[in-house]
Amino acid sequence: MAQATEPPLKRTPLYDMHVGLAARMVPFAGYEMPLQYPAGIIKEHLHTRAAAGLFDVSHMGQIILRPRSGRLADAARALETLVPADVLGLAVGRQRYALFTNPTGGILDDLMVANLGDHLRLVVNAACKLADEAHLRAHIAADCIIDPLLDHALLAVQGPGAEAVLAAFAPEIPSMRFMDIRTLRLSGETGVVSRSGYTGEDGFEISIKGDRAATFCAALLQNAAVMPAGLGARDSLRLEAGLCLYGSDIDPTTTPVEAALEWSIAKVRRTGGERSGGFPGAEIILGQIDRGAPRRRVGLKPEGRAPVRGGAPLFGPDDDAVPIGAVTSGGFGVSLGAPIAMGYVPAAQATLGNRLFAELRGRRQAVQICALPFVPLRYKRSQV
Amino acid sequence: MLKFTADHEWLRLDGEVATVGITNFAQDKLGDLVFVELPNVGAKFKKGATAATVESVKAASDVYAPVSGEVIEVNAKVSTEPALVNSAPTGDGWLFKLKIADASELDTLLDEQAYNATIT
Repeated sequence: MAQATEPPLKRTPLYDMHVGLAARMVPFAGYEMPLQYPAGIIKEHLHTRAAAGLFDVSHMGQIILRPRSGRLADAARALETLVPADVLGLAVGRQRYALFTNPTGGILDDLMVANLGDHLRLVVNAACKLADEAHLRAHIAADCIIDPLLDHALLAVQGPGAEAVLAAFAPEIPSMRFMDIRTLRLSGETGVVSRSGYTGEDGFEISIKGDRAATFCAALLQNAAVMPAGLGARDSLRLEAGLCLYGSDIDPTTTPVEAALEWSIAKVRRTGGERSGGFPGAEIILGQIDRGAPRRRVGLKPEGRAPVRGGAPLFGPDDDAVPIGAVTSGGFGVSLGAPIAMGYVPAAQATLGNRLFAELRGRRQAVQICALPFVPLRYKRSQV
Repeated sequence: MLKFTADHEWLRLDGEVATVGITNFAQDKLGDLVFVELPNVGAKFKKGATAATVESVKAASDVYAPVSGEVIEVNAKVSTEPALVNSAPTGDGWLFKLKIADASELDTLLDEQAYNATIT
């Protein structure tokens, strides 16, 4: 018998709702989370692409950074010492994707940073949130009050129907654009709403007091367009959208350039930029932007119907004995009706259409390098 | 009458031929299946060897030969429509038929009551 040395699993404010909806609960990043509801992953996935899926992502870390000086630029400047994103240039009411990097250029976590006027708001991965908080305290506590929002739930309403669903609660919703963030009255509740998500669809994430979350979700589920969706669908949706899963596709050994995430590093932080460097691993990361990285994250389409899973070694076009890379995420593209994967290969092999081989149950399975994402992204971008 | 293994395969006997599939409990635990890999007709398996693979959106699982034998037929329908294993695991979702090599191995299988006791 295994000893019960693990700490007990935590529950989100929506635990009772999940159980009431007959979800299959699984341990995930220290939480008891819904893997799927009785509809199943395929229906939850397809419904999210066709209408709207409701996801409980309250396990993720929400952290407020308040400038001790009262000037937001001081908090932004402090955070820029830990991430290569342009935080100072982030306008009020806007959010952007960022990466905590380490001195060797690796990724400690990926996160969202938002400017709420008098404070910055971070959303970080559940499995990394304690380490992220400690990292912030160790490096920028002199400039920022670091305040994890422990009493808030985080919901994601994702899919082409999300706008109409939420517009019934707040008339401002349709005027928001991708990566806008606002504090809104949602009928009786106050929430911080961003137009963003992790599915490739248009959608919103809503931070709301934990003790109000169940009531709000019950109201959302009154709308027939809304189907509860679990972590299984969340993973299959993000993989089709070509989005990285921290711990699988990116980790402390992968750099932003290797991970093909250099788009998140603004010109102003790059070589020759006004605020070039100044984040952990800058020399390595900026050098890779300028001269290329030894390996790259690519999309992979296995030939045939058999899914190729994360961890499978990848072999070169000559099907040699020595692996040249590995699959980091793989599964079945539910909307595509075909297997899809992502993985790392040497830069010299990372060309579209290149045919490689993955090891699958002791055999070699041909896979083709393809463009990411696997499905068109349907964000409501601003018209600029 | 179905016989069962503790690994969640079922087996239906017809003379010296056994039809094999995965149990309702197994399909429910796996969730929506998206891929089934069947053995080749003529392949011979020892009891307990991996004879097929079923994959859900999330993960792959092996299906073991419940007894030793030779594959004499496979259900091609589940290759093109893996969801049949979810909707009719002991019916149209069967996987393969084995010509039983050693009938004494049948004694090691569970009856329905004994199998149900292992999953509750």
